[in-house]
Amino acid sequence: MSLFDYTLKELQEKLHNKEITITDLVDASYNRIKEVDDEVKAFLTLDEEKARAHAKELDEQGSDNPLFGIPIGIKDNIVTKGLRTTCASKFLDNFTDPLYDATVVSKLKEKNTVTIGKLNMDEFAMGSSNENSAYFTTRNPWNTDYVPGGSSGASAAAVAAGEVFFSLGSDTGGSIREPAAFCGVVGLKPTYGLVSRFGLVAFASSLDQIGPMTRTVEDNAHLLQAIVGHDEMDSTSADVEIPNYTEALKQDVKGLRIAVPSEYLGEGVSDEVRESIKAALKVYEDLGASWEEVSLPHSRYAVAAYYLLSSSEASANLARFDGVRYGVRSTQAENMVDVFKYSRRDGFGEEVKRRIMLGTFALSSGYYDAYYKKAQKARTLIKNDFDKVFEDYDVIVGPTTPTPAFKVGEKVEDPLTMYATDILTIPVNLAGVPGISLPCGFSSEGLPIGLQIIGKHFDEETIYRAAHAFEQATDHHKQKPALGGVKG
Amino acid sequence: MSEITKEQVLHVAHLARLAITDEEAEKMTKELDAIIGYAELLNELDTDNVEPTTHVLDLKNVMREDEPRKWIDREDALKNAPDEKNGQFRVPSILD
Repeated sequence: MSLFDYTLKELQEKLHNKEITITDLVDASYNRIKEVDDEVKAFLTLDEEKARAHAKELDEQGSDNPLFGIPIGIKDNIVTKGLRTTCASKFLDNFTDPLYDATVVSKLKEKNTVTIGKLNMDEFAMGSSNENSAYFTTRNPWNTDYVPGGSSGASAAAVAAGEVFFSLGSDTGGSIREPAAFCGVVGLKPTYGLVSRFGLVAFASSLDQIGPMTRTVEDNAHLLQAIVGHDEMDSTSADVEIPNYTEALKQDVKGLRIAVPSEYLGEGVSDEVRESIKAALKVYEDLGASWEEVSLPHSRYAVAAYYLLSSSEASANLARFDGVRYGVRSTQAENMVDVFKYSRRDGFGEEVKRRIMLGTFALSSGYYDAYYKKAQKARTLIKNDFDKVFEDYDVIVGPTTPTPAFKVGEKVEDPLTMYATDILTIPVNLAGVPGISLPCGFSSEGLPIGLQIIGKHFDEETIYRAAHAFEQATDHHKQKPALGGVKG
Repeated sequence: MSEITKEQVLHVAHLARLAITDEEAEKMTKELDAIIGYAELLNELDTDNVEPTTHVLDLKNVMREDEPRKWIDREDALKNAPDEKNGQFRVPSILD
């Protein structure tokens, strides 16, 4: 067995019994990275020297929490003080010395996790395959011809490959759940406002959320517990009472009322995915839960509304990249406006430019009502669909993605086909509700399939309870990719 | 309805402060036209009596006392700047 086969709880027991040290855990991470990251290509920046020194220091102290001393990888749009943060963009290639930590990073430092490095992503979190990274494309550990998903593709791949014990991702339209599904790990997009966005480089501020990516549901609950809470540095951070998420795992799912939207099993969803979801529903029946088919009638409008809204917000948020205060400045420019125009031309990749253009268009004079405002109204209808279903049901269950991972290069030429990948995750962000993806099977090609469980606002407890019950009744999460020639 | 023109694309690129070549403008015209064309799916929806959602949570303005506090000092603020002089960000002349 490898150290990566243990849950956080088991690792803490081993640390406590002095069977292992934190230095062993950090060694295991960097050894594995040396072994497989040429294939997986998950890390943009490693922080090895500091991580090893940190481990040594922590080995002198006693553990006081479940995350103590555990190696973590952080998506590269989450700001880390003194550690290069690029958002996988050439624009921030030289941003080697960020001035502060994101709130989630400060919170993890208080728990004494060990930061291994920064993880690749689609540039500024815009993408569903990692192919929009300005550096390189992270690969799916289950088959390196396939994409890991995006935009938190490397956050999922690094956990699946056993390079880190857990990671942080961010999710604007599915960017945690889609890669979690493609790579066979557990990824939660929390309720909008539950986790502070301070220090998350903003993409679409009314949709963005940071969330945990782990091997197991229990580990996921531990990581969420550490990063939630009101933050005065984020004015959209919700001031709500925080429950004990791991307590929720102890309850069974007898009597749980599950809604299954017919739109989530319809056209475009592959037979293998549909069969896996049906098998999962059978597991829930056996566990004493009940399910019924429902309708989320406005689902088909979600992708269109999402691209108008998220691109509009992005066009405003990315105005800050002007080549003046940080980032790369074009050396060609001779006047101020050209500093902006040339720096942005040189610094941004194709997809980022496309979205800035779409957003600027949708917000421009004469088009605002027809596109931006219309999309905001569609958002209301989509949100109302969820509210209505949640009057009668505890959770909504369906696939995370219509198909398993696709091949590198397969969808890169057609933005609209790529956007449709997120058709089952986008509505969740528009409604602001929480959603998790966890493994529920494999395709005939051996690629993981994800089960999505969606809950009411701030009801992560019920999501975890349902996810944990399914996980404990199945063994999909115990499968591991055969990377680097050896299993494990 | 949508039929985006290259002139519109060049205008939007200027608004977005993005320098684009003629060739890029042509490619982007096609792409934006396809995306906007797809987004017109929303016109199927009757939204006359629907309020727009700007935000999913019922949040009010969050205010705090306007008190100065220590954040970052000038030297730190300038250390990631592409160009700086005399403790300030340096840019090309704005006035002729």
